[in-house]
Amino acid sequence: MRAGALDAYNAAATGPHGNPSGAHRLARDAQRLLDEARDAVAAAVGGDPGGVIFTAGGTEADNLAIAGVLGARGGVAVCPAAEHHAVLYPVENSGGRVVAHREDGRVDLDNLTAALDEEVSVVSVMAVNNESGVIQPLDPIADLVAKHAPDAVLHTDAVQAAAWLDLPEHTRRADLVSISGHKFGGPMGVGALVVRNEVALTPLLQGGGQERGRRAGSHNVAGIVALGAAIAETAAERLETNARVAGLRDRLANGLLEMVPGTVESGNRADKVPGSCHLCFEGIESEALLFLLEQGGVYASAASSCASGAQEPSHVLAAMGVPRSMARGSLRLSLGASSTAADVDRVLAVLPPAVERLRARG
Amino acid sequence: MSGGVDSSVAAALLLEQGYDVVGVTLKLWGGDSDSGCCSVSDVDDARRVAQQLGIDHHVFNFGDEFDTHVVEPYVQAHSQGLTPNPCIECNRHVKFDKLLRRADALGFDLVATGHHARIAADADGVRRVTRGADGAKDQSYVIYMLDQAQIARVVLPVGAMTKDDVRAAATRLGMRIANKPDSQDVCFITATGGRSTFLTDRMELTPGRVVDSDGNELATVEAVQLVTIGQRKGLGLAGGLREPRYVTDVDVASATVTVGHRRDLLDAETTTRNPVWSHEPVTGELLVQVNAHGSAEPADFDGEVIRWAKPHRRVAPGQSVVFYRGDHVVGGALVV
Repeated sequence: MRAGALDAYNAAATGPHGNPSGAHRLARDAQRLLDEARDAVAAAVGGDPGGVIFTAGGTEADNLAIAGVLGARGGVAVCPAAEHHAVLYPVENSGGRVVAHREDGRVDLDNLTAALDEEVSVVSVMAVNNESGVIQPLDPIADLVAKHAPDAVLHTDAVQAAAWLDLPEHTRRADLVSISGHKFGGPMGVGALVVRNEVALTPLLQGGGQERGRRAGSHNVAGIVALGAAIAETAAERLETNARVAGLRDRLANGLLEMVPGTVESGNRADKVPGSCHLCFEGIESEALLFLLEQGGVYASAASSCASGAQEPSHVLAAMGVPRSMARGSLRLSLGASSTAADVDRVLAVLPPAVERLRARG
Repeated sequence: MSGGVDSSVAAALLLEQGYDVVGVTLKLWGGDSDSGCCSVSDVDDARRVAQQLGIDHHVFNFGDEFDTHVVEPYVQAHSQGLTPNPCIECNRHVKFDKLLRRADALGFDLVATGHHARIAADADGVRRVTRGADGAKDQSYVIYMLDQAQIARVVLPVGAMTKDDVRAAATRLGMRIANKPDSQDVCFITATGGRSTFLTDRMELTPGRVVDSDGNELATVEAVQLVTIGQRKGLGLAGGLREPRYVTDVDVASATVTVGHRRDLLDAETTTRNPVWSHEPVTGELLVQVNAHGSAEPADFDGEVIRWAKPHRRVAPGQSVVFYRGDHVVGGALVV
């Protein structure tokens, strides 16, 4: 966690606060902490504080967006094929429509148009892809939704975007926006769904009526306070962070492309957030590469892990038309606000010989 | 580490012997499974044991290799009326090939498994896969394909122990899996669905005639591809026969299953193909074992044909025969 978020977490977790749902002074103190966090999230994401629903992370926020709209309005959900599984599975499992991508990772607008009609009640398109780092322009998608599915709600999973993009601007046309604390220096397992335009949602969790009846359950006060502190800090530092991290990322990606033959960068660099370096190495298996990188003190990931912890072939790269033989050697090197030049140096020292070893002996 | 007691104790023993140990669980099968090594709860068990031992634990996804080298050939073999042994093909292509290559690429000197077998020098000083100390649990048959290069890099820590000793060691070490039941049967075939459901989903099954040795039709079967040499039940034969009838031949092309008496199943010879040897090719007098938990019988082998010292119950085509000298595996082959 960011230092500011951790301080806020500790203060809230150890201070004499009550359950914000209570009626006494300690409860009111806790309620004030929640309200301040709500203001911080609303300001950073863009929206009214009353529209902020705190959740246990991005997955719950995404599920609430899809299932909540379907529950309240019925209809059909639509999303692109490279969405996070937290969107893709609720859409698929509700009988929704999944739209093919372009090879550069952007949504194919013709395919999207073909999937839109008056039956559609919710369209979900992530602001930034979690594997490829590709930014999805949302305005043209909102235009298409307004034209072809005028009654539909537009949701965006901005979990990966929150650290890098000006969310009030980039997501301005979305009705629902998901974020998750751990992507911007906040705690894991705390997130929010920001509701705009008073979109009605059927709750996933019923109980004590917290979050205006849209998400029951006692609040994770310290986690929410830390989330608020982290997103406020992130927004304040964003321009400086983006410039610095983009420089690190470019040195990392350019260095690897130069040093390791048979390396392909996924998507167009100009379309990506600064913290994303996504590469495919020909002729190796990323599972083995991750092991060697770990031995060298580099902690990376490939695609997504299944419940057993095994690396699964990337559905994102498949959606972008990357051949499976190439996708087997995919690597996500994620940079963040705390990444340093020394981190980049370490990867540049450890990764090329690891790939060479695997190509020789794998 | 499968999450079972044998590989868990194997890891613990290696640690006690001073090895630098990393635990690996293979993710082989993405479909339904109620045994074997691929369910999330088995991976959980392996990880928890590794945590308890204080070693790193990784999951390697060899699902593509498993599909290519085990599942697809298994289906293909059945479609030809053969009786394949997928565990042997998994050992041949996945555990002792892909995993050994992966281990080498990652800088490991040795790969240990929980198989109940030993590696020991024979009278000529050649290191061989050798029967495990627990005769009832011996698994030397299923790893007969190991050659000298593989044997040099494989360690079988529990092979010198009885299964009871292994469980006692697991209990002594406080392992949560000490009393976990042994895995049964083929890991990708569920007890509820069975072999026929698995194969029905993946291949065309054809009904067949059941005939006696004179060609008289006695019954019909739903799927000739699911019938195995030596099979007695499930043939639709009326009860009350004076002598039980056994499958003596399966011919998928003509969709014909031939049945006969027990004596009709006895062969003087068995023809083989694709022999593999742990060292040099061997011919002459050998002990030959035809299934995982059978006993080895004396025979003479000329490089292709096994001539049994005493007539031997017919071995289904596609099965493996394993050649022993004493307790040492010298090689094996597939039955034609």
